[in-house]
Amino acid sequence: MELDPLVLSRLQFAWVIAWHILLPAFTVGLASYIAALEGLHLLTRRAVYQRLSMFWLRIFAVSFGMGVVTGVVMPFQLGTNWSRYADATANVLGPLFAYEALTAFFLEAAFLGVLLFGRKLVPSWAHFVAALMVAGGTLFSSFWILAANSWMQTPAGHALIDGRFFPTSWTEIIFNPSFPYRLAHTVVAFYVTTGFVVLGVAAGMVRRGRFWEEARVMLGATLSFLAVMVPLQIVLGDLHGLNTREHQPAKLAAIEAHWETAARVPLVLFAWPDEAAERNRAVLEVPLLGSLVLAHDVDGVVRGLKDWPADQRPPVALPFFAFRIMVGIGLVMLALVTIGWWLRLRRRLFDSAWYLRLCELGMPLGFIAVIAGWTVTEVGRQPWTVYGLLRTAASTSPSLSGADVLISLLAYMAVYLIVYPIGIAVMVRLVRRGPHDAGAPDPIESGRPDLPVRALQGGGT
Amino acid sequence: MSPEVAPFDFVPIWTLILGLGVFLYVLLDGFDLGVGMLYGFAPDARWRALMVNSIAPIWDGNETWLVLGGVGLLAAFPLAFAIIIPAVYFPILVMLLALIFRGLSFEFRFKDAAHRTFWDHAFTAGSAVATFAQGVVLGAFIQGFETDGRQFTGGTFDWVTPFAIVTGVALMAGYALLGAGWLILKTEGDLQAWSRRRGRACLIGVVAAIGVISLWTPLIGREIAERWLAWPNIAILSPVPAITALLALWAWRALRDQRSEAAPFLAGLGLFAMAYLGIAISLWPMIVPHHFTLWQAASAPSTQAFLLVGTLVLLPVILLYTAWSYWVFRGKVRADIGYH
Repeated sequence: MELDPLVLSRLQFAWVIAWHILLPAFTVGLASYIAALEGLHLLTRRAVYQRLSMFWLRIFAVSFGMGVVTGVVMPFQLGTNWSRYADATANVLGPLFAYEALTAFFLEAAFLGVLLFGRKLVPSWAHFVAALMVAGGTLFSSFWILAANSWMQTPAGHALIDGRFFPTSWTEIIFNPSFPYRLAHTVVAFYVTTGFVVLGVAAGMVRRGRFWEEARVMLGATLSFLAVMVPLQIVLGDLHGLNTREHQPAKLAAIEAHWETAARVPLVLFAWPDEAAERNRAVLEVPLLGSLVLAHDVDGVVRGLKDWPADQRPPVALPFFAFRIMVGIGLVMLALVTIGWWLRLRRRLFDSAWYLRLCELGMPLGFIAVIAGWTVTEVGRQPWTVYGLLRTAASTSPSLSGADVLISLLAYMAVYLIVYPIGIAVMVRLVRRGPHDAGAPDPIESGRPDLPVRALQGGGT
Repeated sequence: MSPEVAPFDFVPIWTLILGLGVFLYVLLDGFDLGVGMLYGFAPDARWRALMVNSIAPIWDGNETWLVLGGVGLLAAFPLAFAIIIPAVYFPILVMLLALIFRGLSFEFRFKDAAHRTFWDHAFTAGSAVATFAQGVVLGAFIQGFETDGRQFTGGTFDWVTPFAIVTGVALMAGYALLGAGWLILKTEGDLQAWSRRRGRACLIGVVAAIGVISLWTPLIGREIAERWLAWPNIAILSPVPAITALLALWAWRALRDQRSEAAPFLAGLGLFAMAYLGIAISLWPMIVPHHFTLWQAASAPSTQAFLLVGTLVLLPVILLYTAWSYWVFRGKVRADIGYH
């Protein structure tokens, strides 16, 4: 079989970004949560907030470190494997990536040292400011990266000259048609993802009868937070869908596996899209609901894939199934939050072991939904890197052979498969140890230096 | 907007900013990569703890300059980015993977205690391999690449040359010298004395490397030879080797003088600055040697202007709070302020 550098480069990018996105999906929300805990501690002086902040900070340190090193990989991918894309789009996208590095990455990295190691070295308000800066940095980071990603989906504010993009309006480039929706939908997704991790950790502590005070604080606040965020996310997802229908109709057709343009279309709950035959098999659908959901109008027209020549259609099966996974998880989350509130109002939240167990099992939900949603939007953009304007096939580095990319892909796979299981195991262990020994054995707390070896072997670890 | 003649030439200021960014990366991540390489030779667990703690709070900030260098090159000189990065495909790959292992070993050597030996080795090997790969990229960059139009068209292994291997080894000696200087600054007693001895070994390597590369570089291209040796350049540029020699002498004396704690580090910085200046003089005004000047590789004026507005505000702020975070962790390193 001929090794195709295009296919392998796409696989490699999917591999490194899918693993990377798991970390911001967690750290963006966690940074805000830690800042909130630090703020609450500054305000109320309740020790539980500080214990929780220190507990989550140790987990944050691991995931953030992994996010930094896997994030460094990302910009270099544009040069190593996608040099023609880099050359064509840099005038427009270069500054967005550079602003991300400048405002966000630096804010995070420079204040992180103070946040992690400086609790006893700076006044407590300065420590809180460092927490705010780190949280703000993660949000700025999302802003710029999603602006760049959205421009690739719905390009605007540019002129195309000799195959290269030139900026004409920076506000149109940054606030391109899909950006506000994608930014809101993604940031809320990250918050929800973190929320379900915190909920699961708290539920586990309650179920085991450990760290009672911390668990109550986490469980109560997170359930309230999610009661706002999960419904909000469903509304945002719907708005994002309307936006996609307007600006990327081929993507929407793939998501819904609609082949023929029609009004009063059904909602396809399940099907087996057969791309060769241009039809669906094993269809389960609800009449009229498709137009109602996708166009908010029973008579709404939804364009079908046959409107586009075959070489301008995205793959169908992948976005179709990934979308159903994402929406399905959204509904499961809504159910979990609703049940939680029902139990809470009947004052049975803390002794319903079955529900607490469900919350623990729900910890990976957000991550799966994020990966599924990302698959929908990126695969749905194909066969373009810049929607409708620059083909993915015309974006690769021309010097690379299939063997080159195979070697690098295998290397990335090997390294990530070593690093991620260890990272996850380390975080699980930190969760199991719980918040209590966050405070006491921290050698800086004692105000005098421990012997170094003791500091390493004891709580210093 | 079409790529018309710019109302204002942003290329010199972007050359300066990017030059400064890359130089800061080399200095800052240079010393912590250097500490990582020396770590493998430290015989004592207590010393190793001190060595890691001396860079634990600052390493990720330092590494951020690499990202800034990468995206800065993409934004300001995209043609250079699109040609150079694919040309050094495997050195970049190896560098990134080495930096992953090295970066994670800060966290994991404490938190994944079952595999501490593995993470200890990953820390040293990751630092050494990443440094070597960066040196190879530098050497390949100086030698230049085969291009057609706006693309690199050479082979994936064109970078494998004796010159690039030498620059790779040279950078290892250089970063280790910076690392030794940093340890002398941040530690006391036995570890400091040990760092002085290691520093002297590194300095000998650095001086040898600078000598070899300085003699070799003019042989790569006639332009570079003429740049340095033609009259009157040879007179105007003669302070460069002279100052380099004086800095090397100062570094040697400082490494032997028990009272000087900051001088070895500063002399190391000076040597890097002179080497950097030497490369800049050799290549100016090319950013893709033999093919494209800075002006030819530059992005659209509107792009450079848009990014400049924010950079002129943010860069000083970044420098200020980077300095602040160094200030917070100033003084001799304590074993207890490390990863927790």
